[in-house]
Amino acid sequence: MLTGIGITAGYQAPVVTDVSLTVHPGQTVGLAGPSGSGKSTVARVLALLHKPFAGTVEIDGETVTGFRFKARQRTKIGVLFQQPRLSVDPRFTLRQAIAEPGGDRVDELADLVMLTDDLLGRRPHEVSDGQLQRACLARALALKPRYLICDEMTTMLDASTTAALVGVIRAYQRESGAGVLAISHDATLLTRWADETVRLSAPLPR
Amino acid sequence: MVNLEIDRVSVRFALKGATVEAVNDVSLRIRPGECVALVGESGCGKTVLASALLGFLPGNAETSGSARLGEVDLLAATDHELATTVRGRRIGLIPQSPASHLTPVRTARSQLEEAARVLGGDARQAAERAGLLPEHLDRYPHELSGGMAQRVANALALVGNPPLLIADEPTTGLDRDLVDGLLDEFRRLVDDGHAVLLITHDLAAAHKVADRIAVMYAGRIVEVGPAHEVLDASRHPYSRGLANALPERDFLPIPGQPPLLTDLPAGCAFAPRCEQATAICEDRPVLTDDPHAVACHRPC
Repeated sequence: MLTGIGITAGYQAPVVTDVSLTVHPGQTVGLAGPSGSGKSTVARVLALLHKPFAGTVEIDGETVTGFRFKARQRTKIGVLFQQPRLSVDPRFTLRQAIAEPGGDRVDELADLVMLTDDLLGRRPHEVSDGQLQRACLARALALKPRYLICDEMTTMLDASTTAALVGVIRAYQRESGAGVLAISHDATLLTRWADETVRLSAPLPR
Repeated sequence: MVNLEIDRVSVRFALKGATVEAVNDVSLRIRPGECVALVGESGCGKTVLASALLGFLPGNAETSGSARLGEVDLLAATDHELATTVRGRRIGLIPQSPASHLTPVRTARSQLEEAARVLGGDARQAAERAGLLPEHLDRYPHELSGGMAQRVANALALVGNPPLLIADEPTTGLDRDLVDGLLDEFRRLVDDGHAVLLITHDLAAAHKVADRIAVMYAGRIVEVGPAHEVLDASRHPYSRGLANALPERDFLPIPGQPPLLTDLPAGCAFAPRCEQATAICEDRPVLTDDPHAVACHRPC
């Protein structure tokens, strides 16, 4: 179980105050809310990429003690971001990007997200957003995370690629029992994808 | 008021040892008072077509065909001609992610007033029409919310009063509320007599605002017709697959992947992914000539 309890987090001023959220193994939780309501901040805290001002994060009953670079528990959580182009080193081929977490499963992972050999040899500027996001999903699954956090993963994608990647994630969940936090402003998508959806309210005017 | 007449436009990029066939033989007409949406997955050539219309292609691009806007052929015009008579004056561009398109070190007002001065427009009127209040104009881009930055981009595109607007993925990353606001704005512009070319992968947005939808696959238009017919009674198997992939419909992907634009099949480019394909699909289908046109030997 991935749990955030009483999370207050932000950058100088808090963006979210006292938010609690639980993702059970095998479950898909949607996180919705308007622009600026702190969806991505919550995602970054649960992915152990950002230290909250207050509150705790627990992964399978173990309290998280470190955030950012040294966080030992981070490999239990995979993350997908909105803009694949900003999340891949432009000098890497897709094959190198997928191998980056360290693993020898590149071909198996590439198969899973339906990337052909020819595409694996290309660099990010030579593929479409959809193809690059497929590579990012393969990379996120490389270390077999217990939880996957998808922060507006489908924003840049067409309907068919969206459906394909959600299908890959669901298949991974069935096989591994992983939990998923799906963040989106697309209510129709979350209704279809998530088992339940948590809604953050609009930010208070500053 | 003039039509945009895109006639058999192809765009190729010469790479070392390969040619990318990004746009292939595309013909499309957009009339004043009409919104046409060009939809398709990322990498299908939509943005390349828009760049060709504005003269924004890189040096290794080769174009053929013509794109006439009144007496100007956009593909044959020199950069000087485009810069002094077309961009901002005849064609306004609403870019993807407006916040990063604005100059970060200048206020919205300073950018808008500069555009108004160069293009001979009225900054105050353009701001008002785009729904901007004077106090918004005094902000720098990083102080604007996504919706406000979008409005500044709209005002910049409209200040020279161009008859044609090209919007390239304008809804990406915006909340549903902001998307709805933007689409209402497009509708108002169209009703005012503007022509709008909306390039998007967001079928819901296209369905909502466009009069006609053109579906692009591997650089070709495979179907074009009235918006509701193209999405609700698709004739091309690709359009049908795309519409059915929506979360409010089947939410199932089209099997397979699009072909590489460096290695397009000689026949129908969709045939390798198509359930209905037969031997006849090894010949390239031609786009039919009716109001709801399709390029398919075995349409749905």
